[in-house]
Amino acid sequence: MPETPRTDPSSATKKAKPRLPRGQLAIAHVLLLGGILLFWYLMTEPGIIPPFYFDDPMRAKFFFGQPLAVFKRIWTWFAGGSIYLHLGVTLIETLLAFAIGTLLGMVFGLWLALSPTASVLADPYIKAMNAMPRVILAPIFAVWFGLGITSKVVFGVTLVFFIVFFNVYQGVKEVSPVVLANARMLGASRRQLLRYVYLPSATSWVFSGLHTSIGLAFVGAVVGEYLGSARGVGYLIHQAEGVFDIDTVFAGILVLTVFALVLDFIVTRVESRLLVWRPRAAETEAL
Amino acid sequence: MSTPALSLDRITCVFASRERQGERYTAVQDTTLSVGAGEFVSVVGPTGCGKSTLLNVAAGLLQPSSGSVRVLGELLSGINRRAGYMFQAESLMPWRSTLDNVLAGLEFAGVDRSEARARALEWLGRVGLTGFEQRYPHELSGGMRKRVALAQILILDPRILLMDEPFSALDIQTRQLMENELLDLWSADRKSVLFITHDLEEAISLSDRVIVLSAGPSTRPIGEYAIDLPRPRDVNEIRLTPRFVELHTEIWHKMKNEVLKSYARNAKN
Repeated sequence: MPETPRTDPSSATKKAKPRLPRGQLAIAHVLLLGGILLFWYLMTEPGIIPPFYFDDPMRAKFFFGQPLAVFKRIWTWFAGGSIYLHLGVTLIETLLAFAIGTLLGMVFGLWLALSPTASVLADPYIKAMNAMPRVILAPIFAVWFGLGITSKVVFGVTLVFFIVFFNVYQGVKEVSPVVLANARMLGASRRQLLRYVYLPSATSWVFSGLHTSIGLAFVGAVVGEYLGSARGVGYLIHQAEGVFDIDTVFAGILVLTVFALVLDFIVTRVESRLLVWRPRAAETEAL
Repeated sequence: MSTPALSLDRITCVFASRERQGERYTAVQDTTLSVGAGEFVSVVGPTGCGKSTLLNVAAGLLQPSSGSVRVLGELLSGINRRAGYMFQAESLMPWRSTLDNVLAGLEFAGVDRSEARARALEWLGRVGLTGFEQRYPHELSGGMRKRVALAQILILDPRILLMDEPFSALDIQTRQLMENELLDLWSADRKSVLFITHDLEEAISLSDRVIVLSAGPSTRPIGEYAIDLPRPRDVNEIRLTPRFVELHTEIWHKMKNEVLKSYARNAKN
């Protein structure tokens, strides 16, 4: 039927959005990054383009930093080795906040989900504490726990706790009643139900919120450092801001970004290893 | 007559209505039934007539409002430890591999890990799932999951099997395969079976006795039929015999009114 016009709408819309092959996509990504860096360089390097917003050609450089100076800063940090201590401190704070927050969240989540009395008693307070903007607690923790690691860990814990708590609570509440009845019929005691049914079910919910909770632990560490500390990448950034060293600020932000991406990559790896039993379709993000 | 393996005596189950407060809903009314040692009894009735409620009472998962349950002559309190329960819905633990699901009951009972493993492997072989030990439930087909559930229950060697429309979610071919396999496994050591279904053909082809329930609410048995078909049976072939057709006609005649009643009630709601 050569005269029939091709009016298949689904194929038309699909063809309207061509996807780049993988190799080309990678090249496009690099080009985009290169373009942004080039734009940054051109706009901030004094003398390349005539000044059109700032009167003084040095102003743009002062406000926005310069990509070359930023990379030079990062290079001296890593080559000189001075960054490792700060990165290490931030990493330890993140991991401790994540571990302690997850543990507390699981214990309280399981407890409240399995004890109706405790649940109705604690409910309004849990909701209130979750609704509270907890960032304002950071300075108080600095006063209570000093400028060392402890105050950042405690702050991170308050962020992580609620994510894990709500996930575990939900996870326990949503254990399939049939699976539960089946386990009981197979002879599981109350304790065994907790260990073999509730806990694995809750754990899977913890993992589904893993990206969020490790991200928040990281936010807690950096914000805590920023607000008052003597070590850590957040501290470096704060110091540099104090003397208007914009290049160092951007260098710190870049290092933190890469660091967060690496953490996220590791989490994805761990997650796919631990949740092999999950069907793909059910991989929803629980927040 | 010897003591029945399972007997329900004047069971009544009343639930508080969830929609309207103060209102009550009688699911099961004054029901008495028993399953003899080694007997295969099916309970048929229209959908939503409280069949599952009855089974949950027999399993000890649900406390009846009045009446008592006896297991091998003893009064039941708490979970029925002599019974294995095969559920209609998915009952496997999704985070456990096939093997770990099958040996769960032994694990709960504190059986040594290596022994539990060996016995679980043997049972997986018996239900035809050798080679699938490390798969997770979502990687198996519906029929395979039912086999795992069956192995999970039979490994504990219960005297009584309670089955709640176990094959209703399967396609017809898989279903008949599973029914034949169930009969094979059952004939090996003749457990007492209480089998719930809404499918009369399934009930007749499997059972020694079929009990018909009335439409809900206030479900109670309204008929009881001995199935005198010869064993061993093949569920496909037996459906074509004249005696099967005769029994089917007889029981269906009794059931039809109840099905219509139940249908009318559901249509109203």
